[in-house]
Amino acid sequence: MKHFTGLLVGALFCSFVGPLWASGLSTEQRQLHVLNRIAYGPSAVDIARINEVGVDRYIDEQLHPERIPLPQSLARQLDDLFAINKSTGDMIAEFREAEREAKQNPEQGKQERRQLVVQIAEQTATARLSRAIYSPRQLEEVMVDFWFNHFNVFEGKGLDRVLVSAYERDAIRPYVFGRFRDLLGATAKHPAMLFYLDNWLSTAPGFQSPIRINAKQKAGGLNENYARELMELHTLGVDGGYTQKDVTELARILTGWTFDPRDGMFRFVDRRHDQGVKDCLGSHVTSNGQAEGEYALDTLAKAPATARHISFQLAQYFVSDQPSQSLVDRLTRRFTESDGNIREVLDTLLHSPEFLDPVNYAKKFKTPYQYLVSTLRTSDVQVVNYRPLLGTLRQLGMPLYGAQTPDGYKNTEAAWLNPDALSRRINFATALAAGRLPLSSMPDPNGDGRPEQMNSRRTISAPRETQDVQKSFVALDANTLGKTMNGLLSSQTRAAIADADPRLRAALMLGSPDFMRH
Amino acid sequence: MDRRSFIKTMGLTGAGLLPVGQSAWASLSPDPQTKQKLIVVLLRGAVDGLNVVVPYGDANYYRLRPSIAIPKPGQEDGAIDLDGYFGLHPALASLQPLWQANKLAFVQAAGSPDPTRSHFDAQDFMESGTPGQKSTPDGWMNRLLGTLPGITTPTRGISMGPVMPRILSGSMAATNIASGKGAGRPTVLDRPVIGEAFARLYQGKDEMSRAYQEGQQAHQEVMSSLEEEMRAADNGAPSANGFPSDASHMAALMRNDPRVQLAFVALGGWDTHANEGTAKGQLANHLAPLGQGLVSLAHGLGPVFDDTTIVVMSEFGRTVRQNGNNGTDHGHGNVMWLLGGRVAGGKVHGEWPGLNENQLYEGRDLPVTTDFRTVLAQVAERHLKLSDAKLARIFPALPARNGSLRVIQD
Repeated sequence: MKHFTGLLVGALFCSFVGPLWASGLSTEQRQLHVLNRIAYGPSAVDIARINEVGVDRYIDEQLHPERIPLPQSLARQLDDLFAINKSTGDMIAEFREAEREAKQNPEQGKQERRQLVVQIAEQTATARLSRAIYSPRQLEEVMVDFWFNHFNVFEGKGLDRVLVSAYERDAIRPYVFGRFRDLLGATAKHPAMLFYLDNWLSTAPGFQSPIRINAKQKAGGLNENYARELMELHTLGVDGGYTQKDVTELARILTGWTFDPRDGMFRFVDRRHDQGVKDCLGSHVTSNGQAEGEYALDTLAKAPATARHISFQLAQYFVSDQPSQSLVDRLTRRFTESDGNIREVLDTLLHSPEFLDPVNYAKKFKTPYQYLVSTLRTSDVQVVNYRPLLGTLRQLGMPLYGAQTPDGYKNTEAAWLNPDALSRRINFATALAAGRLPLSSMPDPNGDGRPEQMNSRRTISAPRETQDVQKSFVALDANTLGKTMNGLLSSQTRAAIADADPRLRAALMLGSPDFMRH
Repeated sequence: MDRRSFIKTMGLTGAGLLPVGQSAWASLSPDPQTKQKLIVVLLRGAVDGLNVVVPYGDANYYRLRPSIAIPKPGQEDGAIDLDGYFGLHPALASLQPLWQANKLAFVQAAGSPDPTRSHFDAQDFMESGTPGQKSTPDGWMNRLLGTLPGITTPTRGISMGPVMPRILSGSMAATNIASGKGAGRPTVLDRPVIGEAFARLYQGKDEMSRAYQEGQQAHQEVMSSLEEEMRAADNGAPSANGFPSDASHMAALMRNDPRVQLAFVALGGWDTHANEGTAKGQLANHLAPLGQGLVSLAHGLGPVFDDTTIVVMSEFGRTVRQNGNNGTDHGHGNVMWLLGGRVAGGKVHGEWPGLNENQLYEGRDLPVTTDFRTVLAQVAERHLKLSDAKLARIFPALPARNGSLRVIQD
């Protein structure tokens, strides 16, 4: 019944604002806008799909990714990547073993440990980028980016080198359209987050650990780090009305939330827990073990400030750097009424008049990640070697899994538009268009003409595509590219490109001001 | 090393670094309107100032930090004595000659009047120059660009790194240049056919076209200034990554191109909630390259160092008491660092409140006894020669001056 009422209200609303769209964007613009915002820009495949089913059904499909099959080639490629398929425990065991080897046999062992870490990082990033570029479940990939960033952890910090992959797989991906409370709980209990924001070490004052983890790491009292970011970034927002006292009290509530460093499993350790009474956010919390923390997460997930904070962020990400208050209010209501059901909030957002309002058309400045993925989608390049792309993201100031601070990356023009960025994007576009980036085969470190194995230590074969691909530097065909991109380019840009040397046209399209925005 | 021999060394080093084949700008005489330089280094993440300028004379310091305090001077791994009460973290030994030459000063217990312990809000306030006001559209260094006399080119204010920081954002043109090896290298846009084709796409007056045009202009300037420097660097071993190499690029740029007047760089990795370390360890590992970078800056600037003020600051300090994990949580007051030819050096400035329980801010933090804006205002006023009226545009609602504070010499 609830659903039915929602539909009815939605239908009334749509019929009311329908004519506004009709007079605003053309059908092609509406399609491109949807592909720009809920996908990483148009690809030939998605243009065909949205043409076939129309904007509304395309959005509906994207909100239910489980109904969209993954192409076999992508699924196979993902299967080949051990870093995203092994359990957290196995990954930790492997890392610990590499550490032991490094101790026993420093020369070779250290080298191997380093290789292992590099491989894990590369495979994790390869999985993320290949899905972003080739998965037909585009909105799912967009939401993975959104939520990972919201609950950011930094790959470069200690054990998180081997945990980030599992974090995305187990704590983020399953919940990107689910209930916010579930997502919050999954991140709160994941070792990657417990480690990154130090809560795994936070204990009741004066706690004496019976086992020393190592000489440097001491768990012997409170650590406020996670509790503060949990309220400031993950839930209430910095102006959400909490005090320093709330931070300290929440940290006390969360003492004992840790993980077993052997298998990475979440543990609540009662001996580490502060058994005293806490006063947090107006609640009097008596000693109740892990349930105290669960209660705190319930409270934070239900708080009106959280609904507003998340709604603002979604509106800013999908609609405009400065979203209107009325849109944020509507999303906030939907968030609250649906008990934090993310799919329903997104549904409201994507069917709001603001989403397809012409004033928001092609207005957002792409983040480096969005820019990079969109160039590869539109140019239909088959990437085998992702290293040059990872290097480009680093140069552009947005290394994948490399945001050091818990606030992650911003997605606004103010954060990313700057002189150096444009020049670097154009350099990348030019190299891609000329076929000068070694994307189509893995580098050849032995000089024997055989492609490098993604994983030399383990019995994993190189990605199948490498088998018969020669090192070929094929320039992009401007005519083919033009078909996908045409609708995105203004008449001035098209005119300037038509006048230019034909060999430069593909680069000019990808490096055009029009393609910097979405 | 005494003061005189230090200055002699600095002079020699400066002369030795002058490019042999003069680049386009090196022969230009300094422009009197951009002669006074300012470099701001922002330590994002809240550096633990009490372990940078250590109050070893305060017994509470050792009581509240039983396992992360820096030992007294003279003890093993002890602080380097500054004035008989404060000592410098031993990882910053590279800065000792500058201290002895009175080119380095500190302001202890400085910071923002805003009570926030959010990194991101506190950094925002330090960059906008308007604590407590989030709606300020521009950064104070950008407003400074709009206020200084003389001609402003896109390289008058530069930032190192891939993003434009809040502090330099605003209506005045400013440039960011790549950190690391990318700085000053030719790009594909330097090939005339390609450059001209893209210039046509970005010829408008909109935000993006402007950024493109400013970027290209700045790139030409930076390239000609750094050409020699980069060639020299490439001949030797690969340059060390990180701040020391960026600092020497920045110094070369400021020395060779008289148009560059304001520079900014941000460094991360200071959020030491766990395993902070003492004389060695996490904090030390970040302080050492910072110290080396500042020395590279001072030496690389050569004679220009005399007309330069370098400010190092961080959004807030950390708890006086160590936390449960040999680390420190978010606090309040912190230390500001000043380096340069006209800095009132060899002194720890500011009113020291002491670390007695009843003196701590909210029972846990070093209080702020000097507003960071009064320090910056004094640099703007006494070093950059800004008038009172102009100063008010850069730091609106500036608090009453601290009468005794004198961080720039007369």
